[in-house]
Amino acid sequence: MLWGVVQFPGSCDERDALHACSLLGEARMVWHEECDLAGVDAVVVPGGFSYGDYLRAGAIARFSPAMEAVAEFAAAGGPVLGICNGFQVLCEAGLLPGALLRNEDLRFTCRQLELLAAPFDRLTTPEGGQSIERLAIPAKHGEGRYYAPQEMLDQIEASGQVAYRYAPGQNPNGSLRDIAGVRNEAGNVLGLMPHPEHAVDPLTGSTDGLRVFEAVAAVRA
Amino acid sequence: MTVETSKHRELGLTDSEFELIVEKLGREPNDVELAMFSLLWSEHCAYKHSRKLLRRLPTEGERVVMGPGENAGAVDVGSGYAVAFKVESHNHPSAVEPFQGAATGVGGILRDVFALGARPIAILDSLRFGELDSVRSRHLLDGAVRGIGHYGNSIGVATVGGEIYFEAPYEHNCLVNAMCVGLAKQEEMVRAAAAGVGNAVVLMGASTGRDGIGGASVLASAELGDGDEAKRPTVQIGDPFEESKVLECCLELLGKGLLVSLQDLGAAGLTSSAGEMASAGGVGIDIDVARVPLREADMEPFEIMVSESQERMLAVVEPPRVAEVLAVCEKWQTGSAEIGVVTDTGQVRVLRGEEVVGEMPVEALVDGCPLYDLSPAEPEGWIYGNRRTLDPGASAEETLLALLSSPSIASKRWAFEQYDSVVGSRTVRRPESADAAVLQLPEAGNAIAVSIDGNGRRVACDPYAGTIEAVLECAQNLACVGAEPLGLTNCLNFGNPEKPAGAWQLDRAVSGLADACEALGVPVVGGNVSLYNEGPDGPIYPTPVVGMVGELPDPGRACGGAFAREGDAIALLGPFAPSLAGSELAKLRGELTMGLPRSDVTAVAAACETVREAVRAGKLSSAHDVSDGGLACALAESAIAGGLGCRVDLSPLLNRGFSAEEALFGEGPGGFVLSGERAALEALAGDGIEVLVLGEVGGEIEIAGGEAFLAVGLDQAERAWTDISRAIAL
Repeated sequence: MLWGVVQFPGSCDERDALHACSLLGEARMVWHEECDLAGVDAVVVPGGFSYGDYLRAGAIARFSPAMEAVAEFAAAGGPVLGICNGFQVLCEAGLLPGALLRNEDLRFTCRQLELLAAPFDRLTTPEGGQSIERLAIPAKHGEGRYYAPQEMLDQIEASGQVAYRYAPGQNPNGSLRDIAGVRNEAGNVLGLMPHPEHAVDPLTGSTDGLRVFEAVAAVRA
Repeated sequence: MTVETSKHRELGLTDSEFELIVEKLGREPNDVELAMFSLLWSEHCAYKHSRKLLRRLPTEGERVVMGPGENAGAVDVGSGYAVAFKVESHNHPSAVEPFQGAATGVGGILRDVFALGARPIAILDSLRFGELDSVRSRHLLDGAVRGIGHYGNSIGVATVGGEIYFEAPYEHNCLVNAMCVGLAKQEEMVRAAAAGVGNAVVLMGASTGRDGIGGASVLASAELGDGDEAKRPTVQIGDPFEESKVLECCLELLGKGLLVSLQDLGAAGLTSSAGEMASAGGVGIDIDVARVPLREADMEPFEIMVSESQERMLAVVEPPRVAEVLAVCEKWQTGSAEIGVVTDTGQVRVLRGEEVVGEMPVEALVDGCPLYDLSPAEPEGWIYGNRRTLDPGASAEETLLALLSSPSIASKRWAFEQYDSVVGSRTVRRPESADAAVLQLPEAGNAIAVSIDGNGRRVACDPYAGTIEAVLECAQNLACVGAEPLGLTNCLNFGNPEKPAGAWQLDRAVSGLADACEALGVPVVGGNVSLYNEGPDGPIYPTPVVGMVGELPDPGRACGGAFAREGDAIALLGPFAPSLAGSELAKLRGELTMGLPRSDVTAVAAACETVREAVRAGKLSSAHDVSDGGLACALAESAIAGGLGCRVDLSPLLNRGFSAEEALFGEGPGGFVLSGERAALEALAGDGIEVLVLGEVGGEIEIAGGEAFLAVGLDQAERAWTDISRAIAL
């Protein structure tokens, strides 16, 4: 399986994402001006500050040639994972519902926390698995407060699109309904604010992040 | 063009310095030349009051790859890799505009490190502000912390450690020192010296504007005072996105071997970069200001030469490779222009097209500034204030809680959570989880530990002994995670060296630094001096900040500071001789006076080695050095971090003649609080190493010391230690 990690000017976590992907298969960078994803089996849109995140986080990156290719790839059912800035980009691109606003306390926050992987989410639960999985993963962002209108929240909850929630009391940013990650209706595009690529090594904290990558890989299988 | 004689004074040059320039040029300098001389002959660039002292520092060692004089120092970490690091101040810009001042401080130190060809992997910050009950201090603190976070987070370099102290003498003149650590393949590293007559000089990165003009001379080399708001235009504005592109671009260029040399543009902009590159290479350099990409079209040549616009780098490139270099810059969407050429004239020539607008011998410009001897005189007694905030009659419990909640000792979670400490996948020990940050280096198959320390109050009490303690504190922090020191960088933050007391502090501190490094066998590979740190109320505490990098073979064995296992024995190891002199408690009681006990550096070094080896052998559950607030605070910190209390008896210290108060709250170097199996701890004793088993892990925090008995609930201690996170609510 070949993972493609999109690299924008201003990306920060692309090398870490590449490393995480390489633990599960082959991985290569996709330069932001590339518009050919031929051969790539899954795409990661990594964290950072794409194009400086001027204007609004992710607002410029969504117009890059690579993102056009990612949109086509997603439309064809290809698995796409957006992490932090990548999540913001996917929301800006309309590939995921909702938006990420500035943290409630208006500060950047970096913290190890726990995520609950929703049991109804076929992206994250292996067949038959019903227990809620708790993942220890760091989050670090200044604009991660998940927002969507009330009706949209009801709808994505009803359709099982809420993929991850912050564990009770650990919501670092004021996200509505503690939402940390969502997927699209088809289930092949997943975005989350915390950083699974920083949780793939017991020495640096935990290996729970691998579960997120595995869930994305499972979409293709 | 003639120069009015008063102009040089406005630019910070003395009359005799101006006369010397006239003598060296054989004529009066024109405006361009005068501006360039005034910057390179400023304290900030020429180190004219400190250079003679700095010659005392030991700079050589087996592992040194690059020493002072380069953009940053570097040490060998094996397998063909080197770690580059340096600490630098951005004090005065931060005192005027804390957000941008701190942000560009980070930006500047990052450039110093990647100029060597090292990828920045960690940032640490050493910050000093006035007391937190001051509105100004809270404003400066908030801005500086946000600024550091803004730059470091945006560029994707982990901020892994640091320290923050709050003391009244920093009220008007806060300190913002930033340290960067980078990793390089030794074969890809470059030096800053220009070489190869006929080679092209290429300016990369941001365009040049009017920001930061005169920063080095006007802002960094004079005392702060009234009307500092008018100096705001001398503060630079940072753009981490631009720097991120320039960083990646430079690393790609160096990886491809396309550059002869590389230098960042910092204080004094093009003037100092071009001048220093030429000086280091023993060559001349021509710069055509007409070819410098500008933000504003009507800039004067002198403005272009002295602008401190951020995110710019200067490279020397062989002519056949210029096109390829420009193409890589294009790929990274960062500016680039061939603006000059390396010559054999020994002159820095500034051209505007065909017209020569300035021409100065490199030697005169870069190395011609007179170096001054200081006139030190020891002040009579304590020249700083005292303020009582804790009743000397307070009980031991009240005292411990007061110390734990003192902003300088309390948890800094509220600050470091605003920094990305995990990017790069190297951070094995995050802030406050161990005494030093630990970063794994899978490339080299090992890890490094980094710490930055310096307690200005103690240095004020005794500049010589206090500076030695700063070095020892750093070494002890490294020992706690099992690291052996490889090299040291320092930032000397002092007041006005032209005043006898300031000169005395500087002189004694540099001697202390030299002696401590000599005794520990740790070379000084780089550093920075920041003088004239004074406000309307007088000088800051003399504040040498020491950053140390050490190596450890197995990051998995790096000890944390937290008690880990109920029932573990707790021991005090090392030549710890607690004293209230200069302590946090003496401060809270308003009883600060001159004088610190002398420490036995050799004995502390031996203790460090013992702890280091014990950690590496996996014999300890936790290791934490005794620092601010003394043994009681060290025990409480290990307890809070582990969520496990302790029951200890300090009688062994009392039996040595220390009072209960000294044993509980006295400070001094050389002490380690260790936990582990009793037999393993006892086995560390011997050969001059003292181990006092004091008690065991478990329960609440209970410390007996003769008649004194202190019992504090774990929750209560934690609340005191973390209350500031809530109280600060910036």
